Amino acid sequence: MSSSARTRRPTGLAPYLAGAAIGVLSWAAFVVADEPLGITTALSALAGWAALPLLGAEAVAHNSYWAQDPPGFSYASLFLVGVVLGGLVSAAAAGRLHLETVPELWRRRFGPSRARRFTAAFLAGAIEMYGARLAGGCTSGHAISGGLQLALSSWVFAIVIFAAAIGVGRTVYPESALHRGEERS
Amino acid sequence: MSLPVVGPLSLPLGVLSGFVFGWILHRARLADTTVIVNQFRLRDFTLMKAMLTAILVGGIGVLFLHRHGLAAYHIKPANLLGVAIGGVLFGIGMAVLGYCPGSGLAAIGAGSIHALVGTAGMIAGAIAYALSFDWLRTHILSVGALGPLRLPDITGIPDLVWFAILALALPALFAAAARGEDAG
Repeated sequence: MSSSARTRRPTGLAPYLAGAAIGVLSWAAFVVADEPLGITTALSALAGWAALPLLGAEAVAHNSYWAQDPPGFSYASLFLVGVVLGGLVSAAAAGRLHLETVPELWRRRFGPSRARRFTAAFLAGAIEMYGARLAGGCTSGHAISGGLQLALSSWVFAIVIFAAAIGVGRTVYPESALHRGEERS
Repeated sequence: MSLPVVGPLSLPLGVLSGFVFGWILHRARLADTTVIVNQFRLRDFTLMKAMLTAILVGGIGVLFLHRHGLAAYHIKPANLLGVAIGGVLFGIGMAVLGYCPGSGLAAIGAGSIHALVGTAGMIAGAIAYALSFDWLRTHILSVGALGPLRLPDITGIPDLVWFAILALALPALFAAAARGEDAG
C-alpha cells in the first residue's frame, strides 16, 4: 500500500519549475496590480457578504475589520475566481477531474465517513483562516509574497506554520496509524 | 497603458493571474491533500521546494523591479505575537484540512467536495475574526509590534546576500529531501 504510493512518480510540473513559475507570476502581480499574490485578504472581505444574512447589513458596514477591507469586485477577489478556474482546466486537461469527498490518506487514517471528514475540514478551514488573518496572510500572500520581499514577519510565519504543521503531521499521521482507518472500513 | 493597472481592466487581469496560479498549483500536485499532508509527514517535499524556489525567483525579480522603481514593497508588519499564534493555528488547520487557502480553491475546481467544505469553514473563520477584531487589535496585534521590518534592515546583511544564501542552500535541501523521500 505505502510502497505503491511511494513508487508512483508524479507527472506534471516539477516542484522547482512550479516554484519558479509562481515567482515569475509574482513579478507580474507586483508590476501590473501593485499587489502581491494572495488569497485570504480577499476571501475575508468576501466573508463580509456571507455575513450579511447572519449579522445584517448594518453590523457588517460598521464592523471595524470589514470597514478597512470591504467586500467588492477587485483584482484580488477575481483572482480567487481565476484560481478555481485554473484548477478546473488543469484537472480537465489531465483527465483528473473527479469528485473527491474523503481523500486517500484521511481514509487510511480515519476511515471512509464523509460526515467525519467534512466536520474536520470545516473546523480546520475555520482555524486556518482565523490564524491567517491573525498573522496577516496565508501561504501565498504571507509566506511566499512576504518571504520574497525578505519581510521579517513572513519568515517568522513560514517557520511557525511548518513547525506546527509538521508537529501535527507526524503525531496524527504516523505510518503505524495508517491502517486503522482501513480496518474501520 | 500605465502601470499598475487600476479600474475595470484590473478585473480580467485578476481572473487571468488567478487562473495561471490555480493551474500551476494543480499541475504541480499542490492541490492534492496527499502531497500537502505528506510534506508535513516529511515524506514528500514538493511544497517546500516550490515555496522556496518561488521565494528565490520571485525575490530576485522583485528586488530588481523595486530598484528600478517598477515595483513597490508591501511588507506586512511584524506583530510578533499575532504572527506566532496565527502561524500555529494556520499550521494546524492546514495539516488537518490538507490544503492552504489557495490550493483549496484550485482543488474545488478539480472536484474536491471536502475542499469546498473547508473553504466554507474559512468563511466562518473570517467572520469570527472580523467579530473579534477589536479585541485582537488591542490585546494581541499590539504585542511585539515591531512594524514592517525587512531582514536586511535588522541584520545589515544586503538583500542579494540573502538570496545567494538561499540559492546555495536549496540544492543541499533538495538533496536532503530526496534522501528523506527515498527513506520514507
